[in-house]
Parts: sequence; structure tokens; C-alpha cells
Amino acid sequence: MKKTVPLWVVLGVVVAAFLFTRLGGNRYIYFAGYFVLQYIVLATAWNVLGGYTGYVNFGTAAFFATGAYTALVLILAFKATLPVQIVAGALTAGLLGLGIGYLTLRLRGVFFSIATLALSVVLQTVVSNWEYVGGGKGLSIIRPKAPALFASHAEYLFVVMVLLAAASVALAWWVQNSRVGRGLAAIRDNEEAAECMGVPTLRLKLFATTLSGCLMGVAGTPFPYYVTLVEPGSVFSLDYAVNSLAMPMIGGTTTWVGPVIGAVLLGTAQQVATVTISSELNLLIVGIVLVAFVMLAPQGIVGLVQRLFHRRSR
Amino acid sequence: MFSLDLLLNAIVAGILIGGFYAAVSLGISVSFGLLDIVNIAHPAFVILGSYTAYAMNRFFGFDPLLTGLLFTPVFYALGVVVYRLYYLGFERKGEESLRGLVFFFGVLFIVEVALLLAYGVDYRMIEARYVGQSFHIGVVGIAFRLLLPCLVGLMVTVALHLFLSKTFYGRAIKAVSQDSQALRLMGVDPVKIKRIAFALSIATASLAGALLILIGPVEPSIGREYIGRVFAIVVLGGMGSISGTLAASVILGVVESLTATFSGPSWAPAVSFGILLVVLAVRPAGLFGR
Amino acid sequence: MAALLEVRGVTKRFGGFQALSDVSLEVREGERFGLIGPNGSGKTTLINCISGALGTDGGTLVFRGKDITRLPAHQRTRLGICRSFQIPRPFTSMTVLENLCIPLEYAAHGQVPRSAVASEAMEILRLMGLDAKAQARPADLTGIDMRKLELARAMAAKPRLLISDEAMAGLSPAEVDAILPILFALNERGITIIMIEHIMRAVMRFSQRIAVLDAGEKIAEGTPEEVVSNKRVEKAYLGE
Repeated sequence: MKKTVPLWVVLGVVVAAFLFTRLGGNRYIYFAGYFVLQYIVLATAWNVLGGYTGYVNFGTAAFFATGAYTALVLILAFKATLPVQIVAGALTAGLLGLGIGYLTLRLRGVFFSIATLALSVVLQTVVSNWEYVGGGKGLSIIRPKAPALFASHAEYLFVVMVLLAAASVALAWWVQNSRVGRGLAAIRDNEEAAECMGVPTLRLKLFATTLSGCLMGVAGTPFPYYVTLVEPGSVFSLDYAVNSLAMPMIGGTTTWVGPVIGAVLLGTAQQVATVTISSELNLLIVGIVLVAFVMLAPQGIVGLVQRLFHRRSR
Repeated sequence: MFSLDLLLNAIVAGILIGGFYAAVSLGISVSFGLLDIVNIAHPAFVILGSYTAYAMNRFFGFDPLLTGLLFTPVFYALGVVVYRLYYLGFERKGEESLRGLVFFFGVLFIVEVALLLAYGVDYRMIEARYVGQSFHIGVVGIAFRLLLPCLVGLMVTVALHLFLSKTFYGRAIKAVSQDSQALRLMGVDPVKIKRIAFALSIATASLAGALLILIGPVEPSIGREYIGRVFAIVVLGGMGSISGTLAASVILGVVESLTATFSGPSWAPAVSFGILLVVLAVRPAGLFGR
Repeated sequence: MAALLEVRGVTKRFGGFQALSDVSLEVREGERFGLIGPNGSGKTTLINCISGALGTDGGTLVFRGKDITRLPAHQRTRLGICRSFQIPRPFTSMTVLENLCIPLEYAAHGQVPRSAVASEAMEILRLMGLDAKAQARPADLTGIDMRKLELARAMAAKPRLLISDEAMAGLSPAEVDAILPILFALNERGITIIMIEHIMRAVMRFSQRIAVLDAGEKIAEGTPEEVVSNKRVEKAYLGE
């Protein structure tokens, strides 16, 4: 019974989102909603590796871009539909995650992080020199007609993103509360001790990097249809790396809720700031909030709330 | 396409660039290699140095090198402040590694965005008499805008090497991450030593930034390219070895220059990061490492 | 008594440094085995090789008749080799009780039903006298409780062979006297124990047999009495 609860929740959320689109409403809501949802997926994905397992990934953009460019290639080559793109993007990005997982054999802590950043730049360079997908200048594509039941493509993408976000969060919830999640926490706390206590550290790390990479890739697959102009500069933007680690850090890294809280807060704030102030200023705010949180509240908002509760209950 | 002239010119340009890379990497060599402080924001401070040189040149007509030198105390002070924050927030609590890394990532982002707000995304460059000049030795052309940074880079390298090996503080800096207990017994405060060393590493960014804008136009996010480069150099050079840093800088400069000449400049960023990935995966101790 | 663990000609080098050269020894089922030697003699390297934290450069390791030389550490733990660390390495984000659940869920996977994990962990804590601290965080424990947690967690892995790496280093004589009975009690429950220790009084009292390492070589083996009267041992400890 308990195990099926998240499934029903995911389904319920998606149906609710669909019904919401039937109400019509402003296009901008779907556009902004997509932006926040996309970051729920990215932050949740980042947290599976960074928060649960303790490996800080600076290369979110590399995985996101793998998803986006897989989708683009499929569009160019076969005019594939979005569900096909998502599955393919999940597979390729998951494979890249598996590769990064083997890096953890030799690289711990800081070196792992720098390697992921390096990966991101190398991939960007390769893609910038790949003429088929538009090289450095990028490529614009035309959205197909919106599928039946949807008034516009924006609404379709919005509902798809709701599904992806709900599914990612459900997965993160499951991992956190499973034996696997406790094994990952042991690795984060002390990898040698975990191995000595019978935790198959390599296998679990590979699981975490693959799942994390896979979800990041999934977040990137609808991107070509969302922006319709795919160019390396925006797909590989450092914003993805900063945001996807800032959001869990601000929300709290040890639970599934943290990244969601962080993504909703920071994502919404950025959308609002972009509209009302300027996009540079909103990024500045992200940076400052991130630094303030890692310094002053390392457990994030979840940690602050927990501490508040503890004090009350005493 | 291939010619001996081109090859020679590429190699000479690579060596000159390498001297400049050393100036950029020395700071990280000290902070990351000797102090175990993962200051990935270092390139951002270098860019800050570039914009300082730009602003002083633009509004007061100062020579960039003069600015670079004049502003080292200011950058030193900035380094003291950043280290203080880092120390209070992380080192003191023994949480330096990963959260500290995120901290510097945030600092990098803040500096970059702040510069973006102040100056926009346009490339900025500098005006000085010697920037466009060059001379020839045989078929090899040597541009002043490359030669000067290389010479200054070498000078900074030598100066830092002498400081670290000949002075009391220098030797204390070398010992601080391995043996802070011994330092304490000698009555030296390891935190003070780290503060001095870190501030010094940021001070070099002032000069390196001035050199950077001499070499070519600068925009706020250019610092990111340098993250891979400087870490590749520092890891390749064997973490904290000054001579290793210089050697690795020259190697990287030459390899990049050859790549840019024969495969096109758009491939150049992949070189440093690619080398870094391979070095990390195969030989984390570096080419000249322990 | 049959051999539980056989170390046959194990060699380990770090770069040019020979940390272990051709070390052989046998630990019997149910035995209390002491491993001593001066600083840098290779004790910790040897147990790292036995537990799987380090690979070997030569020789074989046989545990319960099975060649384990190439097995990763976590599989050796599942076979029944568990070690405690000299400097305790608790899982800092978890409570004391949760610390024990990790080995119960992983090393002893299949031996303990899922519903019994918590009660089993509590049982071990009671045995160690740590049950009052079950909900505490490792950071809030005293030095001796931290050592107890380290041993309790190793116990939760349900080992046949427990390797205790200086579990008593830095403790006061009174605290040593509190840890020793725990180790005796574990041995009485059928667990073979290898004790690495600097505190001679404790090793001599505890061990049935002792092996002495010096500069990566085994220089003596025998009962505590035999070992203390050995000339080479004396030389290794006191110098010429």
C-alpha cells in the first residue's frame, strides 16, 4: 500500500496540471511554470549525487545539454516525438552519468568536482564544432502542431514538465527512504567506513551518478521545443550548474523536499526578478543567497525548520 | 596548410602565452596546492584585475602594468577579507572541502555577474603605445602584447619562488598545510600564515589581470575558460610546486597554440580541460608531482 | 582448531617503499590473536590488506577456505571479516542507532529480517552499554563511547573475524579496563579477534598468541610469554 502512494501522487499531480491547462489562462504562466519545474528536476537530480552521496557536480550543464542535443538530433534526423526524445535523452545522459561514476574510483571531493566542470567545457567545445547541430551559432527549429487535447505547445510542454518533475521527486523520495539511500548516506559520511560495513560503494555510486545524470538529461530533452533556438552558449550556461547546486543548498540537501523548496523559491524569484528588474541582477541575488546559505545555514531551510521544531518540542 | 614558419610561430607564441599562464596559475598553486583552499574563484579575481586595469586606463590613462602593480595591495586586502569569510564559515568548523568549494563557486558567480552589471557583455580592451607593436627574429614574429606578459609572468614566478624558499614566512607557508602543529609550537599562528598566503595569491591576480587585458580583449565570463586552464596547470605541475607550475604553463601554452593554429581556435578550450580530465583520471599526482 | 584466516606470503609496496615483505600467519577459529610492532612496522598496512582497503602486490589471503585476495572490501565484510578504525569513523549524519543499521542492512543482509534490524541494533547497543545513547549523534559522544560505537558497529556486521585496530589508544587505564571485557565477551560468543594494540598490558592479557611485525617483516610469533622473551622482539622495540 505504502509503496504505491507516490505513484498515485504523481498521477494526481499530472491530472491536476492537465485540468489546469484546460482553464486556459495566460501563456506566460506556462512559460514561467516550465522554468521552475525544470529546475525542480535539475535540483532533485543534482541532490541525488551531491546531497545524498556527497559528490559535488559542477557539470549539470553537460548532462542537461546531453539531453537537449539528443532531442535535437532526433528531431533533425527522424522528427521523433517528445516521448521518444525523453527516453533517448534519459539513456544517453544516464550513460554519461555512468562514465562519470567510474571517475569516482580515482577522484574524490574537489577533484571530482573539477573534473565535472572540465567535462562540461569539453562537451561544449565538441558541440560548438559540430555543424550538424548548428555549431557555435546554434540552430532554430519549428515546433510541430500541439498534440490533441492541448490548446498550445506551451501547455503541452508544461504538463510534460509537471510529469517529469513529479516523477523525479518521487524517485528521490524512494531513494531517500530505501536501503540504497541509507547506503548512499553512509558513503557521504565516510566512504571507507561504508565499504567496511559491507556497503558496495562503487555500485551505489554508479547508481547515483547514473540516476542523477539521467534525470538531468531528462530535464534537457524538452528544451529545444521550449526555446526553439538551441545554441551551445545557452544550453551549456553556467546558470544551470550554479542554480542546480544553489537550490538544494538553500532548501536543504539531506531530504527530497530541500531541492523542491529551493527550486520553487529561487526559480520563482528569478522569474519575477527577470520580469521586474533585470536578468543579471537576479543572478547576482542567486549568488549572494547561495554564499549566505552555505556560510550561515549549511543545513538549508529544511534544517532551519527542523531546528525550530526541536526547540519547540523541548 | 602546414608550414615550418607556422609551426615555429605557434611554438614561440605558445611559450610566451605559457609565461602569462604561469602568472595566472601561481595564485591557485599557492592557495590550492599549498593551503588546500579550493579557490576556483581565482580566475574571477584575475578578471577583476583586468577590469581594474581597464578602468584606470580608460579614465586616467594609467598604464595597465602600473595599475596591476599599484593595485596589488588592494587585492591583497580583498584576499584578507575573503579568507576571513572562508575561515569563519568553513575552515574553523572543519567543513572546508565541499562547502568551501560551493562558497568559492558562489563568489566566482557573484564577481562575474557584478562585472556584467557594471560593464555589460561587450569585450573591453586597453590602449597603450606598445600594444600593437612587434618585431621579428628571422621568420618568427614577436608581439609586445605577448612578450611583456610573459616577462612579467616570469618575474612574478621568480619572485614568488624566492619568497617561498628564502624567507621565514615563505617557508612557513610551505609547511602550513602539512604541519600546522609544528608551526604552533614555534609560536607561529597557522591561521595568520594561511591568511598571508591566501591574500598574496589574490594579490597576484591583480597583476595577472592586467596582463590578461594586455594580451587581448576581455569580457566578464572569460574567467571560466581559465578555471580549467589553471587547474590543469596546477595539477599537471604537481600541486604547489612553483617551478612545476611554470613548466606546466609553458607546456599547456604550446599545446593550445598548436591546436589553435592547426585545428582552429574554437577547439582551444577543449585542450586544457581535456588534458585536465586525462591527468586527473590517469595521474592525479601530476607530471612533476610527488 | 582449524585456520579461519591464512595470510600467505603477503607483500605490499608503496612506490619504492616496502611496507610488507612476505608476511605469513594463521589465525585459528575462535582465537584471540595479538598483532604488535613498533610504529611504522606495517601493522595497519597488513590489516588494510586483510580487510580489503588495500590490494596486495603478492601472496594470497584465504578466509574460511576461500581465496579472498581479489575480493573488494565490502564482499570480505559479507564473508565475515570486519574491522574497527583506529580513529573512529562514525557516520556523522546518523544517530548511534542508525550507525548500526548500515552494517545490519548491508554486511548482514539476508541474515537479519528487515523488521528486526532496529531491535537487533538496540540489542548490540545494550551489550556495549550504549543503549542510553541510541538517539544521540556521534558528535555528542565522549571519547570512550565513540570507541564503543566503533566496536558496536563492527559487531553489527555479524563478523566471524573482528579486527580491532587500536581500539584503546589514548584511553585511560580505567577506560581500557572497560573496553577489554567487551572484547572478551565478544570472543566468548565465538568471534575470532585480531587485536592491534600499543598498550602492552592489554595485548598481553588478551591474546592467546601474538605475532610481531618489524619493518614489514614478521619477526616472531607465539604465546605472549614466548614473544616477550624473544631477543629479536626486544631489539626491535628497544634498539641495539
